[in-house]
Amino acid sequence: MLQYILKRFLISMVTLWIIVTITFILMVSIPGSPFNDERASNETVQANLEAHYNLDDPYHVQYLLYLKSVATLDFGPSIKQPNQTVNDLLGRGFPISFELGIVTIIVAVISGIVLGIISALRHNGIVDYLAMGLAVLGISIPNFILATLLIQELAVNAKIFPVATWSSPMHMVLPVLALATGPMAIIARLTRSTMIEVLTQDYIKMARAKGLSPWKITIKHALRNALMPIVTIMGTLLAGILTGTFVIEQIFAIPGMGKYFVESINQRDYPVIMGTTVFYSAFLIFMLFLVDIVYGILDPRIKLHKKGGE
Amino acid sequence: MWTIERILEVENLHVTFSTYGGTVRAVRGVDFYLNKGETLAIVGESGCGKSVTSNAIMRLIPNPPGKITDGRITFKGKDLTSYTEKEMRKVRGVDISMIFQDPMTALNPTLTIGTQLMEGLVEHQKVSSKEAKKKAIEMMELVGIPSPEERLKQYPHQFSGGMRQRIVIAIALICKPELLIADEPTTALDVTIQAQILELFEKIQEATDVSIILITHDLGVVAKIADRIAVMYAGKIIETGTKRDIFYKPQHPYTKGLLNSVPRLDEKGKLQPIDGTPPDLFSPPVGCPFTARCPLAMEVCDKVYPNQTELSDVHQVNCWLQDERAKKLLASTVSK
Amino acid sequence: MRTLGERYESHSTSNVPEEWFSLKEKDKEAAEVVLRPSLSYWQDAWRRLRKNKMAMLGLVFLILLSFMAIFGPMMTPYEVNVQDRPNQYQPPSSEHWFGTDSAGRDVFTRTWYGARISLFVGLVAALIDVFIGIIWGGISGYKGGRTDTIMMRIIEILYGIPSLLVTILLLVVLGPSLFTIILALTITGWVGMARIVRGQVLQIKNYEFVLASQSFGGKASRIIRKHLLPNTMGPIIVQMTLSVPSAIFAEAFLSFIGLGIQAPYASWGVMANDSLGAILSGNWWTLFFPAFFISFTMFAFNVLGDGLQDALDPKLRK
Repeated sequence: MLQYILKRFLISMVTLWIIVTITFILMVSIPGSPFNDERASNETVQANLEAHYNLDDPYHVQYLLYLKSVATLDFGPSIKQPNQTVNDLLGRGFPISFELGIVTIIVAVISGIVLGIISALRHNGIVDYLAMGLAVLGISIPNFILATLLIQELAVNAKIFPVATWSSPMHMVLPVLALATGPMAIIARLTRSTMIEVLTQDYIKMARAKGLSPWKITIKHALRNALMPIVTIMGTLLAGILTGTFVIEQIFAIPGMGKYFVESINQRDYPVIMGTTVFYSAFLIFMLFLVDIVYGILDPRIKLHKKGGE
Repeated sequence: MWTIERILEVENLHVTFSTYGGTVRAVRGVDFYLNKGETLAIVGESGCGKSVTSNAIMRLIPNPPGKITDGRITFKGKDLTSYTEKEMRKVRGVDISMIFQDPMTALNPTLTIGTQLMEGLVEHQKVSSKEAKKKAIEMMELVGIPSPEERLKQYPHQFSGGMRQRIVIAIALICKPELLIADEPTTALDVTIQAQILELFEKIQEATDVSIILITHDLGVVAKIADRIAVMYAGKIIETGTKRDIFYKPQHPYTKGLLNSVPRLDEKGKLQPIDGTPPDLFSPPVGCPFTARCPLAMEVCDKVYPNQTELSDVHQVNCWLQDERAKKLLASTVSK
Repeated sequence: MRTLGERYESHSTSNVPEEWFSLKEKDKEAAEVVLRPSLSYWQDAWRRLRKNKMAMLGLVFLILLSFMAIFGPMMTPYEVNVQDRPNQYQPPSSEHWFGTDSAGRDVFTRTWYGARISLFVGLVAALIDVFIGIIWGGISGYKGGRTDTIMMRIIEILYGIPSLLVTILLLVVLGPSLFTIILALTITGWVGMARIVRGQVLQIKNYEFVLASQSFGGKASRIIRKHLLPNTMGPIIVQMTLSVPSAIFAEAFLSFIGLGIQAPYASWGVMANDSLGAILSGNWWTLFFPAFFISFTMFAFNVLGDGLQDALDPKLRK
């Protein structure tokens, strides 16, 4: 197990290093950015930039210093907002985005799995067709379109929920709904298909032959095996939810990191874009690493394979 | 004097599967019985309905698409086809147990052997976990797994195929069932392991007096442990008798064909495969299903299904060749 | 059929006519005859796909959409980017079938231009993914050993890169254009395809027909091309069908955060983003049409992909 964790950790570090390097290369190659010829309009900003990125040093020194600043979780200054650093923005915005993300994941995972199990147990029944029809729709409607639809119908017309911002549980309903529908649909479909496959396995037949109740068979024998593929796609889903917060926060005027990020894109605030990208990448890679460990715990076969492999 | 207790009686069993290609009539009127402590082998090619028959006894036919459309399954005087699913659950694993073909897939990869061994016991007999563990260790010893105490905590992937099949057998026997259905229990194993598992069956039968239904296509396995044999073809039992009847006095051309297609050491170069393939069970033939492949097929075979001929108390066959008129015909053809 | 059979089965032995007891003419072929007509893999798949109503709905929609993407803009007298301020926010009418937007542009015309962009981006991105994925996955799976280990390590490392973030970064630096959007989408998109191809190749590499070909001294490239690829096409086609909607989604998403394709092109994402404000003021059509077509196109590709998955699965063949 330790070897497995170590291996996953090394791979994560290499991935992160590649992203940081790509970011650095892109940063110094943007024509017309403060890193090259153009000087920032504001004196303080220019001073901050030079101090942080050591713009006077040769590239390889800049690169090493940049690696060091990333390693110490220092993501640099902003060029549009004097005396603001990326860390300041993260400190303000990230907790809110994190809250939105966590609630979304919980909602998506629980409802997705429940929906998937019901569909699998009622395989080819009306409930199954209905649930899967909804799931395909959920996958097909982009979250930002769903968000506007929800605002239009449930907030503006029906006035059930507030239109925007992030101040009470009622305010959370629509953004979470818009953000969770896609991942929920994906989880529901995956749970259903793996569940159906698992339910045809010999060990399920064996459990039935032991005279266990359907409930016990589903929970104890089928679900755990059916959950494993879901764990493997969690990383992708997390990435989807994270990028989803960019537009959802924009639409619902939620003061999270995603909103700052989109603003920085529109203002071409390069250091903020780069810094946030590196931070988010590191965050996602760390989550992916955690997911791998959870997978290792769920699947006892992994512990023995000390030399790696499938 | 001792009386023979008839533990299981299957009468006129019909099982169909509705698929989008049509209705498959997998089992078409099967009759057989089983006495206490006896081993009955059901032999036939793949797809002949032998596994469906065994699943029907356990009421494990997935419905839909499968359904027992007719017949009775009497276990110790009670008709299992009338049981509800809930009542049936108290029979499975307790009175009737089942062993599956492939030990590599029959065990849940994410649960320890101990959990899988004990859960049937805990479910049905409400024993304490200490008691359950004691029984589990006893069972592991019975099926011949060394150092059972430590191995209970291990997962299936840590065992070899032969060991896993021993565990599957232990799971099947832990509640002391009276009937054990073994569906191709040795097919997926190496030849040397096969012999060990067959010996284990004999040992178990001595120790527990359990009755066994053995589903197989392998006549070698049958020769070793069966008392009686039922030969199945295209959803019907076409000949049944004691091991001696079937091996030394086979009557049905299909039974003869099966025996001839097994390599034997004493007769060199006489291996004769049966030509052709079994009929399509979407639309089974009206007459004898073996007609198309039978070397002695007559016009009548295509048109009418033959009645059962009783050759002795235990030896029965369904074949037109048993008819006097057929015997006359054959005699005249031979004399010509 | 069944009643007939049962009637015959109950026929008593004695009243069977004597003349039926005669040896049958031996008909060897009859014993071997296959009862149902055999279909080729693709015929069989097509037969099953046709039975799937949702998949056919998706297919028909996509065919119609492609047709409209080509000919739709020719059906109106309006240009895609010519502004007509006095005519802004016209509701759908016989003149403007889908209404006009904030700049008075004809939504109908722009929708079909958007279809061109979305389908083009989606298809090209998917094709490039397939191209790289097949080469990478094919070599990795076929060669095995060290080559495979190294190539798979690289995939594992790339797999961890959050693709949309890198895409955003690239677009910020290179500036959004048709070319950069496709480049950014494919730079990490092929990884999934490579994994699938490799899995397929590994699975059938040891099939007997491949071993036979190898034992006759077949060249690696020929074996991959002639034997492995045709037998791996099913999952590749499915993956491709499902990667088109994710490319369309990504394009719309990028447009939405201000990194969309710029004028003179009009994409659905850009149209939706432009009209977000308009919907609150009641001009629903400016958002409805692009949003509907994004969603329904993704829906069509998804159900078609699902249908293909079932239809092309050799395990389900009967």
